[in-house]
Amino acid sequence: MAGVLVLLSIGLITIYFRESSGGGLHQVQSAGATVLRPFEVAADRVSRPFRDAYGYFADLVNAKSENNRLRSEVDQLRQQATQNAAAASENVTLRKKLHFVNSRSFPRNYTYVAADIDAQPSSALVQQVVIGAGSANGVQLNDPVVTDAGLVGTVVKVAKRQSLVALLTDDTTWVSATDVNTRARGIVKAGSSFEHVSKDQRVDLGDELVTAGWKSGTLSSIYPPNIPIGRVTSVGQNDVALYKSVQLQPFADFNTLSSVLVLIPKNRR
Amino acid sequence: MIGDAAKAAAVLFVAAIVQVTLLAQIDVFHGAPDLVLVTLVSIALLRGTIFGAIAGFAVGLVVDTATLQTLGVTSLLLTIAGYWIGRYGETTGRDRTHAPFVSVAVVTFLYSLGALILHYMLGDNVSASRVLLDAFPFELIFNLILTLPVYALCRRLFRRAPTGLEEVQLIG
Repeated sequence: MAGVLVLLSIGLITIYFRESSGGGLHQVQSAGATVLRPFEVAADRVSRPFRDAYGYFADLVNAKSENNRLRSEVDQLRQQATQNAAAASENVTLRKKLHFVNSRSFPRNYTYVAADIDAQPSSALVQQVVIGAGSANGVQLNDPVVTDAGLVGTVVKVAKRQSLVALLTDDTTWVSATDVNTRARGIVKAGSSFEHVSKDQRVDLGDELVTAGWKSGTLSSIYPPNIPIGRVTSVGQNDVALYKSVQLQPFADFNTLSSVLVLIPKNRR
Repeated sequence: MIGDAAKAAAVLFVAAIVQVTLLAQIDVFHGAPDLVLVTLVSIALLRGTIFGAIAGFAVGLVVDTATLQTLGVTSLLLTIAGYWIGRYGETTGRDRTHAPFVSVAVVTFLYSLGALILHYMLGDNVSASRVLLDAFPFELIFNLILTLPVYALCRRLFRRAPTGLEEVQLIG
């Protein structure tokens, strides 16, 4: 009996692995996920008050020191905002003079679908979450997923009412990125390191990294430019390595992730 | 038997939903408690190989469906875990107080190792150090903490009806 079940499992893995995303088993899984969703939502609703209460008390512990830090940050940002506003208006004028054609930019050329986190695999092997929006909501494969803090990941599997999102911290997630201050370019891997940054480029501690959003002929990055990714936490280089060694801390907090926005290009709908 | 199957289905279904929606969000160095595994081990210890294997296969399918992962991966691992622990429960582990804790500890390690190998064979980008060095110690602690209440609940639910034939131990 157990042997039959083991063979059946291996058979399922083989068929699922070999068939396309529109195949029979995928459709059965999609239907099954739709059936399970109400139970997941119910479990989430029952537990939410407890999680909120925990979050409230956890936040209280750090409230005073965080308040002081945020106040000084607000002062800095206020000055920066004034400078940015002047630069932005100058930028608009110069672009008009140059007849500059913009590529698709975030968030202007994107609409979004808001979705709750429904489920996630409990394995250190995969950094993925299931969100409560799928093809019925306009979500497609490779759509970028964000929160107000920054980039969260990419849609890697789409069912009718749910989608699987590979988080920025997943080993399979690579994002071409740019340093906002120095314009150094590289690739953010698994949300923890900024790789392929040549030694002649400058990256400073505390710099912000955003998506590069490159375009080359008909090919383009799946991420629009200027989505915040994270802040540089360490920079190093040695004589042997070809590239700099840069570590970063993502802006999005993946431990408290409860809802996300899936970005959908406006002209696709 | 049918009553036991219905109870096992209900308990494992609830465990699977709680696991994928709530417990999987706990992340201590990538380690999270695995309620499904602990519940399956408890049921398999109390009800044996066939029950354990079928329960493992079914709950594995529910987990893979809810998390949109490759169908069959969790089923395969849990079928083997259910069968093996059922075998232990039917033989040497029977009526031993430490059996649930030993079973959970060993299965937690073998499950992590099995998942690692399976994902590697499927071409996923896996990190052995993350799974076995970072996550495993915390996963083990969480699972051992869960074992006591979950096993107690399962023992209450799957209590065998008295048959009138009681085992007699001869002294001397």
